Amino acid sequence: MNFFSDIILMLDSSVRLAVPILLAALAGLYSERSGIVDIGLEGKMLGAAFAAAAVAAVTGSPWLGLLAAIAVSSFMAMIHAIASINMRGNQIISGVALNFLALGATVFVGHSWFKRGGSTPNLSTEARFSPIELPFAEQLGGIPIVGEIYEQLISGHNLIVYVAFLAVPVTAWVLFRTRFGLRLRAVGENPKALDTAGISVTRLRYQALIIGGILCGLAGAYLSTGQGASFSDNMTAGRGFIALAALIFAKWKPVPVLWTCLLFGVLSAAQIRLQGVEFPLIGEVPVQAIQALPYILTVILLAGFIGRSVAPKAVGQPYIKER
Amino acid sequence: MRAQKPLPRWVDIALMPALNVALAFVVGGLAVAAVGEDPFRAMQVLIFGAFGYGEGWGFTLHFATSFVFTGLAVAVAYHAGLFNIGGEGQAYVAGLGAIMVALWLDQTHWVFVLVGSTLAAMTFGAIWAMIPGYLQAKRGSHIVITTIMFNFIASAFMSYMLAQVITRPGANAETETIAETGRLPLLSEYFSAFTYSPLNITFFIGILALIFVYVLIWRTKLGYQIRTLGANPEAARYAGISAVAIIIIVMAISGALAGLMAVNEAVGVQKRLGVGYVQGFGFVGIAVAFMGRAHPIGIALAALLFGALYQGGQELAFVMPSVSSDLVVVIQALVILFTGAMSEMFKPVLLRLFNRGNGEPEPAGD
Repeated sequence: MNFFSDIILMLDSSVRLAVPILLAALAGLYSERSGIVDIGLEGKMLGAAFAAAAVAAVTGSPWLGLLAAIAVSSFMAMIHAIASINMRGNQIISGVALNFLALGATVFVGHSWFKRGGSTPNLSTEARFSPIELPFAEQLGGIPIVGEIYEQLISGHNLIVYVAFLAVPVTAWVLFRTRFGLRLRAVGENPKALDTAGISVTRLRYQALIIGGILCGLAGAYLSTGQGASFSDNMTAGRGFIALAALIFAKWKPVPVLWTCLLFGVLSAAQIRLQGVEFPLIGEVPVQAIQALPYILTVILLAGFIGRSVAPKAVGQPYIKER
Repeated sequence: MRAQKPLPRWVDIALMPALNVALAFVVGGLAVAAVGEDPFRAMQVLIFGAFGYGEGWGFTLHFATSFVFTGLAVAVAYHAGLFNIGGEGQAYVAGLGAIMVALWLDQTHWVFVLVGSTLAAMTFGAIWAMIPGYLQAKRGSHIVITTIMFNFIASAFMSYMLAQVITRPGANAETETIAETGRLPLLSEYFSAFTYSPLNITFFIGILALIFVYVLIWRTKLGYQIRTLGANPEAARYAGISAVAIIIIVMAISGALAGLMAVNEAVGVQKRLGVGYVQGFGFVGIAVAFMGRAHPIGIALAALLFGALYQGGQELAFVMPSVSSDLVVVIQALVILFTGAMSEMFKPVLLRLFNRGNGEPEPAGD
């Protein structure tokens, strides 16, 4: 019994750790399916995390914080759009620039605004997204296994967690069952075909990047006003790149993105738990080995040693409309 | 297409990058004004902090030396059409080789430490960069993604090494310190004007590296092959150039150059290796390489500018407490954005300007 509740606890923290990666990976999915490389997930998330925490701290409302987060992240997505769609610049360089912009600007603005060396003040409970108890959670909690899973694992997360998990089927539906999704997949593979059919490549890519901006906004707000209670310097700590890895690992498909993000969530939850634990035969596994595992797995997958992950064909190439 | 004259060469290689960098500084200035400080005074403080006195110069040149290495690393790969974002990880892993050899030879003489740690740093950096190179060349995995992943793997690997393997007992994840006899000489020992600045003998390795890259890229057969591959992979294939070999060699050279930063920073100044010693300087190399148009002269100037920004930025944060030194990171980001991703921003305006000067009629719009 004790072992079971241990597992539940660990899965619970895995879910919490998976959420920002999941949202960012879905953001990357829209963008890259449309043919725009998105190295800037990290930066957009970081900018959004700052905006959410700062606005929530000043106004006391997590909702205004969330709006600010989405605004900042979408604004950054638009810089990326102008550079890579209109100016036909290098999308990777633009993404790298966005990451540094967020890294520098959040601390620069935070430093002069709150005078706490780049962090924002701690948020009160009302200024954060608080846990939502699902109906009958307490009553059903008494039922062994099923009830416990319902009460402790499924119930009691904040709103953004549920939105993130809902975004997976919605994305799958949009991508594979709607006209927009068909066009989105097509524009990432063969933009010229769409252009010939009289559909605007520019417009589609802008739409994809805006959706990505909104999702990164949610991810950032989750970090600083859902999971945490303030913003601190570089608080995304590479999650945007893990999301990128998850996206590649899941071969740019929404449902596999969910499983990959949960797997990466379990790995980071395990890092904390496995410290100092002796395994039979291998002995103690260094924390750093588990830390590096998502990245190593992605490298191995990309190299085609286990399966193959092939990017949308037109990704990274600016589209030049013939005159 | 439009019947417009192309821009003169000097506009293309000098004026446009200068305008892009100027725009980055204008935006930076607006940011300073936004937090209620005078941007012109900030500029004065920054320039004085970087160039106003000997010690400032010493710090500026010291930072610039590191940026020359990481900038050249990005540039060399870029000539082959490869974007190496892994300079950060390569410099980090190179630190391991450099410090191990330096600690091994530190009872002999600094010359042995310099030569030994330089070779070790280059080897370790090269190996760490060759793996992504090999994976790109042989297995087709994208070099950008692989080098990003390798930065994180390097970070985990190095924190394990520093915490468990070559750690100084009782210390929080750092190595032993290099003994007095093996320490690299500071330039202040010869030129007292540099006073307490960390500028050391590695500065001259930086100058050698600049010359080496110029000769390599523009004066050797290998360089010709590298540029052909970067300009047109198809043409390179028909010319009988092996893309696999070139990619692996270029990445090795790139990693070796990034690795030299370890000699300057870890062996030369900190005299030990600590967690995260690279401090993002590997990424500054990206900005330096784009601003310098992947040419050694441009890189030297860009590295000097960023060296001045890093040194002057600290002075600025001291004099104007409401301006954080992270302003430098913002300007760095804007330089990457404007000179790298939006490099042709001013082209339409300049084209119109130069064509008007020649009295040619403006063709009808699109």
